[in-house]
Amino acid sequence: MFNLTPDEVRYARERLGREPTLIEWAMMNALWSEHCSYKSSRHLLKTLPTSGYRVVLGPGYDAGIVDVGEGWVVSVHIESHNHPSAIDPYGGAATGVGGVVRDILTVGTKPIAILNSLRFGDIMKSGHSRWLLKNVVKGISDYGNSIGIPTVAGEVEFDECFERNCLVDVACVGVAHKNSLLIPSAREVGSHILLVGNATGRDGIGGANLASKTLDSSSESERGAVQIPDPYMEKIIIDAIEELVEKGLLLAIKDLGAGGLATAIPELVHKSKMGAILDLSAVHLREGDMSSLEVLISESQERMLLVVSSENLEEVRSILEKYEVPNSLIGKVTPDGRIKVLWRGELIADAPVDVLVEAPPSQKESRRPQRRPDSFTLPRVSNLEDAFVSLLSSPNVCSKRWVYEQYDQEVGARTVVRPGEADAAVMKLPNGKYLALKIDGDPKKCHVDPYMGAMNLLSESLRNLTCVGAEMTAIVDHLQFGDPNDPEVYWSFEEVVKGIRDYCVAAEIPIVGGKVSFYNSDSTTGKAIKPTPVICAVGLISDHRYITRSSFRKVGSPVVAVGITSDEVGGSEYLERVHGITGGAVPKVDVREDVRLSQSVLQAIYSGAVVSAHDCSRGGLGVALAEMCMTNGIGVKVDLSKLPTTGDHRADLRLFSEGRSRVLMEVDKSKLKDCERILRGAGVPYAIIGVTGGRRLEINLKQRELIDLSVSELREFYRDALSLYMG
Amino acid sequence: MNVTILKFPGTNCDRDVAAALERVPGVRREIVWHTQFKRSSTDLLVLPGGFSYSDRLRAGAIAARSPVMDVVRDLIDDGGLVLGICNGFQILVEAGILPGALLPNLSTRFICRWVCLRVENSRTPFTNLFSEGQLISMPIAHNEGRYVSGGSLRELRSKRRIIFTYVGADGKRGEDANPNGSDGAVAGISNDDYNVLGLMPHPERASDPLLSPYGTEHGHTLFLSIANYVRGRA
Repeated sequence: MFNLTPDEVRYARERLGREPTLIEWAMMNALWSEHCSYKSSRHLLKTLPTSGYRVVLGPGYDAGIVDVGEGWVVSVHIESHNHPSAIDPYGGAATGVGGVVRDILTVGTKPIAILNSLRFGDIMKSGHSRWLLKNVVKGISDYGNSIGIPTVAGEVEFDECFERNCLVDVACVGVAHKNSLLIPSAREVGSHILLVGNATGRDGIGGANLASKTLDSSSESERGAVQIPDPYMEKIIIDAIEELVEKGLLLAIKDLGAGGLATAIPELVHKSKMGAILDLSAVHLREGDMSSLEVLISESQERMLLVVSSENLEEVRSILEKYEVPNSLIGKVTPDGRIKVLWRGELIADAPVDVLVEAPPSQKESRRPQRRPDSFTLPRVSNLEDAFVSLLSSPNVCSKRWVYEQYDQEVGARTVVRPGEADAAVMKLPNGKYLALKIDGDPKKCHVDPYMGAMNLLSESLRNLTCVGAEMTAIVDHLQFGDPNDPEVYWSFEEVVKGIRDYCVAAEIPIVGGKVSFYNSDSTTGKAIKPTPVICAVGLISDHRYITRSSFRKVGSPVVAVGITSDEVGGSEYLERVHGITGGAVPKVDVREDVRLSQSVLQAIYSGAVVSAHDCSRGGLGVALAEMCMTNGIGVKVDLSKLPTTGDHRADLRLFSEGRSRVLMEVDKSKLKDCERILRGAGVPYAIIGVTGGRRLEINLKQRELIDLSVSELREFYRDALSLYMG
Repeated sequence: MNVTILKFPGTNCDRDVAAALERVPGVRREIVWHTQFKRSSTDLLVLPGGFSYSDRLRAGAIAARSPVMDVVRDLIDDGGLVLGICNGFQILVEAGILPGALLPNLSTRFICRWVCLRVENSRTPFTNLFSEGQLISMPIAHNEGRYVSGGSLRELRSKRRIIFTYVGADGKRGEDANPNGSDGAVAGISNDDYNVLGLMPHPERASDPLLSPYGTEHGHTLFLSIANYVRGRA
């Protein structure tokens, strides 16, 4: 029943100096799982930059925290629930939301926003993937909506590599006054440990290990390892904890996630070098006949640990009772650095915390794949308009309205910019500032070139925040790969981490948290997913006048293309969708150029010259222009020959290349000169490529007409495509 | 004006309503746990949105049968104002205080979207600062918002108890403009005496122009109307 390797078994016996008891084995088994221990990744993760003047709490806890000024802080965390969602999409996705929300509670912050990043197989071909998408979205919607936290941003992508291993990433953001911050670490000897929330049952047993191996054909039988979601319990826990934190009655909070009590109790006292005594027979149970082992490793959802001093215990329990939150007193914090576990009066485990928590590192081999160099000549496309329409209506590009309308985007009354309105969500903060939030992934480019792919991904994150008028503050990352024992998979992991590190060091972006998820492979073919780092970015906007949306708002505005267009189409939607080619050269990223571009666009926004702004990413310039036309029904006429380019590129490459840092801005006619001065001063290439107006999207290359479609045609192709695919 | 915001386990929008009321001058507001609510000098009782008791059985069904509803009925009988928003509307319908039923949306999916509403009756305590026929915007966010009148639509119309309807941006009713498939495009109704309003759209989310995609604040106008009415009555 345990997944420890022979080396780990030997190591455990050696460090303990005796044969561990069953309960000790179970704790090490959970704590040493890849999911909890990062044994194959932590030496690389240590190389990531984690500090910055706004960082209050970096990686290593349940959530990262940044200072947003005036005494307020924002917390952020990201989790995935890939394997549970592949087996039970509704329950897997819902419990994924529940888990990451509780992580935000552990630092004493109030959850205010959920983001998600979803990846499935090709829904055009696969009924299974449509079923997964439908139920994952329903799971997130039912859970997130019920607990009163808005889902404000997200992304959905389809690729055959996710057919039998979908990716369900959920990020959550919280806010609090600095004074009420808590660290999920128990430091006070003699304080009480309360287990609150759902009764412990047999569901979710072995979840940490389910997440730490590859799914296979027998995985269907592990449905029991997927937990049962109960958003109602989560909601009353959130309300109770909010009151307890406001009244300052708690010393620490800890979520019970993968591994249940087996991981939560040791982790609670590990960093503080304390110990704990845990009485498993005091736990409130769903099923009375559970064994001590089952109680220890159950992953029943909606459970948390509260650390409370003796003097506050009575008041805490009476508040829990008001909200009807079940709770039991299961242990105490001790000074001896040991975990002692009791069961019906008998001592069934007694081991040093560090021995239990610190997994032996796992060395992995890495090997660069021997890929044949890409050599293909891209055939010319006879009708660019047809290619454009097929891109615009493709599942990866088309509007995700079918998805996000199922999420409550506004509960909490803080959402200023909703999904579909701009390149990032914007939320109101209590200190008068605004928070920009975005989540992105780009497995197609990371597959072709993991290092450059990761750089492209960060480049896009930065631009997305820039386009809404926000300064990048921090990111959290979620790194998803196949089996790390496959040297080529491990190589791609190393490359992605290097890409993230190099970008963040150069752009001075702190990484305040993250997760790693390995063993994401197709359960039938065993083939690894494309490397999928997902970045959740947090930015700050100091004044509401800077908040910028991505749709044209005025007629007669000059449209400025900022940045240089290259002919690099590697890993692009155009290459794959129109030409059926995976490969090519992934666009190069120059971080300094990116930062300069970002700062000059922000300057232009601050100057009041920018009416709307949109990043060029998936589908390239053509798709970006179309997206700017649709919301307000304002057309545009542009000439691509004016575009700053790296060479004399073909029309299709100008239209659809996803390379390099580029932003489209609608500029206020009367402030064009100011705007140009800012861009010129920063040395950023730009050109006025057209003017807004009319009700058509007209794209020409000198005299040659490339695209001429009415805005209502664009809407038809773009807005309802996904609901048509979903039937 | 004294406002009480009633909170059941699972209520979500209590603080949002409180925040929206903060924008209304001269309002004292308090969020009260359902077991602790007693008849008091409340000018307005709000049943906010959310998923009371997890919407077990049917949306609003358990809350509608909880003991506090007797106090709410007494308050209504004495002419007190009650505003039910979203789940609050569902509770009022489940309690039989307002007629009809709220069934799952025709799409069978949750819908979160800003919609256009037409003010059908501006001579109520809740709408007196709107003009008759005015088009306003507010967001909806619900699973079960399809109003079914059970044959009472004609009576509701003749007594002018339909307060808001869903319309398109052109002010006309139509399939496209009716997000959940409600009978008569009904978005909000009142009781016979106009002192109880239930509506599916969220005025508290439409109170701050910054939070509106159109820079509007029609939800604020609704709360101002209530304050205006209470002031006039005093």
